[in-house]
Parts: sequence; structure tokens; C-alpha cells
Amino acid sequence: MSAVLADMPKTETSKMGAPASTKAIAPSKGSRPWTFYVLATLFAAYVIALYGPMFCIYILSFQDIRGGLVFPMKGQSLHWFVDLFTQVRTGDVKGSFDRSIKLAVIVTIITVVVSFLAGLGFRKRFRGDTVVFYMMIGSLVAPGLVLGLGTGLLFQALGLNASWYTSALGAQLSWTLPFGVLVMFAVMSRFNHVWEEAAYDLGASRWQSIWLVMIPVLAPGLVAVALFGFTLSYDEFARSLQTAGSLNTLPLEIWSMTLNVTSPSLYALGTVTTVVSFVVIGASLGTIVLIQKKRGSQAKG
Amino acid sequence: MKSDRGDIELAGVCKSFDGVTNVVDGVNLRIDDGAYCCFIGPSGCGKTTILRMIAGHEDPTAGEIVIGGQNVVGLAPVQRRTAMMFQSYALFPHLTVRENIAFALRVRGQSKADRLRAADAMIEKVRLTQFADRLPAQLSGGQQQRVALARAAITEPRVLLLDEPLSALDEQLRVQMRQELRRMQQELGITFIHVTHTQLEAIALADLVVVMEQGKIKQAGAARDVYAHPHDRYVAEFMGGQNVLSGRVEKVNGASFTLAAPSGIEVPLQARPTINVGDQVDIAVRRDDVALVRPGRDLPPGYTTSLPGRVLAIEYQGYFVKVMLDTVPDDEFVAYVPEKTFFADPFTVGDVVMATWATGSALPLA
Repeated sequence: MSAVLADMPKTETSKMGAPASTKAIAPSKGSRPWTFYVLATLFAAYVIALYGPMFCIYILSFQDIRGGLVFPMKGQSLHWFVDLFTQVRTGDVKGSFDRSIKLAVIVTIITVVVSFLAGLGFRKRFRGDTVVFYMMIGSLVAPGLVLGLGTGLLFQALGLNASWYTSALGAQLSWTLPFGVLVMFAVMSRFNHVWEEAAYDLGASRWQSIWLVMIPVLAPGLVAVALFGFTLSYDEFARSLQTAGSLNTLPLEIWSMTLNVTSPSLYALGTVTTVVSFVVIGASLGTIVLIQKKRGSQAKG
Repeated sequence: MKSDRGDIELAGVCKSFDGVTNVVDGVNLRIDDGAYCCFIGPSGCGKTTILRMIAGHEDPTAGEIVIGGQNVVGLAPVQRRTAMMFQSYALFPHLTVRENIAFALRVRGQSKADRLRAADAMIEKVRLTQFADRLPAQLSGGQQQRVALARAAITEPRVLLLDEPLSALDEQLRVQMRQELRRMQQELGITFIHVTHTQLEAIALADLVVVMEQGKIKQAGAARDVYAHPHDRYVAEFMGGQNVLSGRVEKVNGASFTLAAPSGIEVPLQARPTINVGDQVDIAVRRDDVALVRPGRDLPPGYTTSLPGRVLAIEYQGYFVKVMLDTVPDDEFVAYVPEKTFFADPFTVGDVVMATWATGSALPLA
């Protein structure tokens, strides 16, 4: 495994190094400076530190029935994946997975809509705009566990039942909205407001200029906001802990499993959730690429 | 629509963004229907603000804007029947050339077939047929400008407003697109108002040149009037091509007066009503009217003034040679000498020469 990993960064860095060496003015004559090897080693170490722990989990999840929680690997099979979905003792994986996906979708939709509207609102400066901005961003700084506890307490005080689609939704939005707004601001900063003016000049109403100009131009950025909203919600733990009520979201379920499940099916769960994350990210990036490709092919027409 | 005429009248137009200083300060101007009008001035002189007020993107703080006999203040651009071409063209990056041009018809609810047909006709007019399916980013600067022009023209405006339309182009293309703008204006037969800070662009294109400074109109008139007969020192220096001299009036006789400093300059009296001995007066002499003579030689007939100076620098410009002199302390004094005249008896840097001109060509400034 480590050999595979060590190879990766090398090919990566050599690709990056090529144009730099052609640009160099120093008469290196094809041989690379010693700093290249130092930096390449550093980068390789960085990548291993970044991905090594995760790969340990993924690899150990493919053991056979004799498998334990630590290296060395014992056999190879999909036993623990089957175990994950068939054994009751491992916990309510399917139910919590369902809830997590539904919650993430709701959070994503609210985050995209609110962030876009905030982006529109902040196109022009207004009185107290910095105060409003810092109030939005402030909840990023608050410790998630404390915020979740507070939300749970508030619901209790109001006599409401905490559940994943009320209190947990609120607690998660306090996390995803500021992120979404920040990303949206970065996206909006690249939007040239003369386009809006041009649309107005050509007779477009405010709605038409939003529908026909702003949203299509900002579409890749909106997908990025959606991606943020989804992934932040999908693996949110601290804020959900005290707010999810009696039914767990997936991260909470995994956490409780680490306390009482002592088989590699825990690792199998890790592998499955990672795959889901990558599918979502891949789909989002694919959408962005598709939007740009569509424009490109239209252009070639 | 009330009127198809695109004549414009600005009456006492003021604009202030902060309520303290007027960016546009009491502008009065009449622009004829179908005229090509250029606003020119340094940046921050209020020319773009005037354009944006005529376009309906900015409301005047005071005054009236009348287009075709109708006060348009408060109306949207479409109701004014004006169209604007933005400085960087502001083409919609996600739409093809055809869709960009058809945009105005789309928001009016025209059917897809109708609007694409209209757009294609316009595309042909600006000679972009082979680029109709491209995105703006895949076009050159000149092509983008044509798309912007077509997109604005498809609304059938009676006034087209152009905000520094050539500033994004390189030198050669600028001259080429300049001609194209003029051609389009004649083809469309509508009023063009063009904002620029390039003197050459203004006098090459415009029927009416409007020179501005700090929110006020300094001079408005035909290109040749403004260039050859500037009203005052500012216009003379801004439009270029003139040497401006300043001095005290020494004596006045019926048809002319004489300036004392730097040394007796005779200037013909023109419309200027009263000139008294002792007045401080600016005069302008065109750089191409200045002749250079070596000291001791006779002046040509009709030339009464001669100012000594030393040659500071010489620039070969092709059909003329630009000779810079230290005749006026702390100020430029330049002679444009025809190439053949210059090389018949060339000067070198450091030579002492007499600058002279036909008395009739000196122009008193206000």
C-alpha cells in the first residue's frame, strides 16, 4: 500500500515540475535542482499523512470472517459489508443513512436558496451591512457542541420534541449557511454587475435579469454552494449530537457503533459512506463540467 | 411611440452623488437628430455620467433631458428608446453571439423563431455570420465590439450611447473600428453619442465635439471649430496641436494688439470685444503654422513676430518633424515642420532658432 501511495505523488509532482523547469532561466540542462527532491519528498509525506489513515480503514474493511480491528490483514472478502446490512447488532445503518441523506438534501436546498438571496442582498452596500455580515458568520466561530447543546435546551424549554428534521436541521443550518454565504460572496465577486445593467438597458425586468443572466452565469458557483451544503450536513456530528432526538443520523450511528461494535463491519461502514461522499462530489463536479461543456459545444455548434 | 426623432436637449442638467459636489454641473446642449456627437475630456470630467443619464442608468439631480421633444427623466432605457454600448461591451458570457443579439427581443416575449431571424439579419449587417454560434470569450476584441453594437441596435433605438467603445482595442484595430462605427451610424441613421478621452478619435468621427472639464462644457462645436478655434487655454491645450502663449497687452490699434511678453507679439483683433492695454491675455498659435528661421535671416512677408529659442528635442514623425523649443519658459513650444522643409536645412539639438508665424494665424483666447 505504501508503495502505491509513494508512487502517486511522484508522478504528480513530476508533471508539475516539467513546465517549471522549462521556464527556469538557470542553466540546469535538464537536471533538476536539489530543492525539487526535498519538496517532492515533503509533498509525498504530506499526501501519506492526508490519506494514509483513511486507506487503513478502507483496506481493513475487505478482510474475511477472521478479520480483526488491527493490521495485519486476515484474508480478503466482502463479508463485513454483508454483515453491515444484515446483522441487527451493528445498529440501524439503513435507517440512519436514509435520514442523513434526506436531511442533507433539505439542508442543501435551504443553503443554496438563502446563500443566493444573501448574495443578491449584498451586491450593494447598505447601512449596517458589516454588522449583518458578522452576525451571519459568527455562528461559524461558536463551538458546535455548545451550539447543539443550546439548541437542544431551547427545544426542551419550549416543550418541543427534538428530532432530526427540526432541531438538527436548525443546528446544521447554523453551520452550512455561513459557509454557503461565504462561498456565494466569492462567486458573486466574479459577477460583473455591468451584465445586469446591460440586461436592464435591453429591456429585461429585474426577474428576467436574475433568471436569464445571473442564475445561468452563476450556475457553477451555485453547484459549489450546494456541494458544500450537502457534505457539511452529511458528516455533521457535533451540532447534531444533542439535537437529533431519538433517531440517529449516520455520523451519530457510526459513533455509537464505535462504542459497542468490535468487528471490521465498522470499517465497512466507513468505506460505504466514503463512496457515497465521492459519488455526490463526483456528480456535482460532473454537473459543473457538463454546464461548461454544454456552453463549449454550443459555441462550436 | 411619440416620436422617432433622436434629437436631444440637455437643459440645466446637474448630477451630484454625494449632495455636495456636482459631477455634472449645469450642462446645456442641443444635439441634432442623426448627429454623431463625441464627449471628450479627462477622466472624472463627468462625460460618462452625462451619457449614463441620457441612457437612463442614472437620474439627474436637476435639469431636464429631452429626447425627440419628450422629457425622459425617470423613464427606463426601453421607454426612452436609447441603447447603450458598455465600455467593456458587457456581453453575456453564457450566451452565443446570436443569443446575445436576440436577448432584447427575448425579454420582450418575441417567439424564438422570430427573434432568431431578426438576430440573424442583424448578424449579417455586422458581418459576423460565421461566428453566430460562438461565445463572446471566443471572439476577438473587434468582433466583440460588433456583437455589442448589434445587440444594442436590434432594439431599434433612436439614440445609441457608446461609452469609450474603442478603449479596449489595440491601436490598429481602433482606427479600423472607428470607421466601422461611423459606417454603422450612417447606415442606421440614428443619433450616436460617443464618450472618449482620445482627441483624434473625437475629431475624426464627430459632427459635434463637446469638450468638458469638471462637469462643465468648455466648448461644443464642429470638430474643425474646436480644433482650429479653441475658445480658451484649456480647450487649446486639451485638443492639442496649439502653442499657448500668455502676455500683457502693450498696445492696441484698430485691427490688432501687441503683447509685451515674451517679446512683442502682434495679434489680430477678432470678435473679442474689449482689449485694453495692461490686460493679461492668452493666445494660441497652431504648431503647424510655426516656421523656424535661423537668426539673422529675413522673416517671410506677413510674418511680424519672431521669438528666439533653443532646440530642445527633435522627433521625426514621417510627413513632419516635431521640433521642441524652450521659447516659453516652463511651457511647451513646438513647431511641426514639414519633412521636406526641415531636411532642406536641418537643425540639431541646441541650435538657436527664431520661431515665427503669419500674424493672421495667432488666435486670442478667452
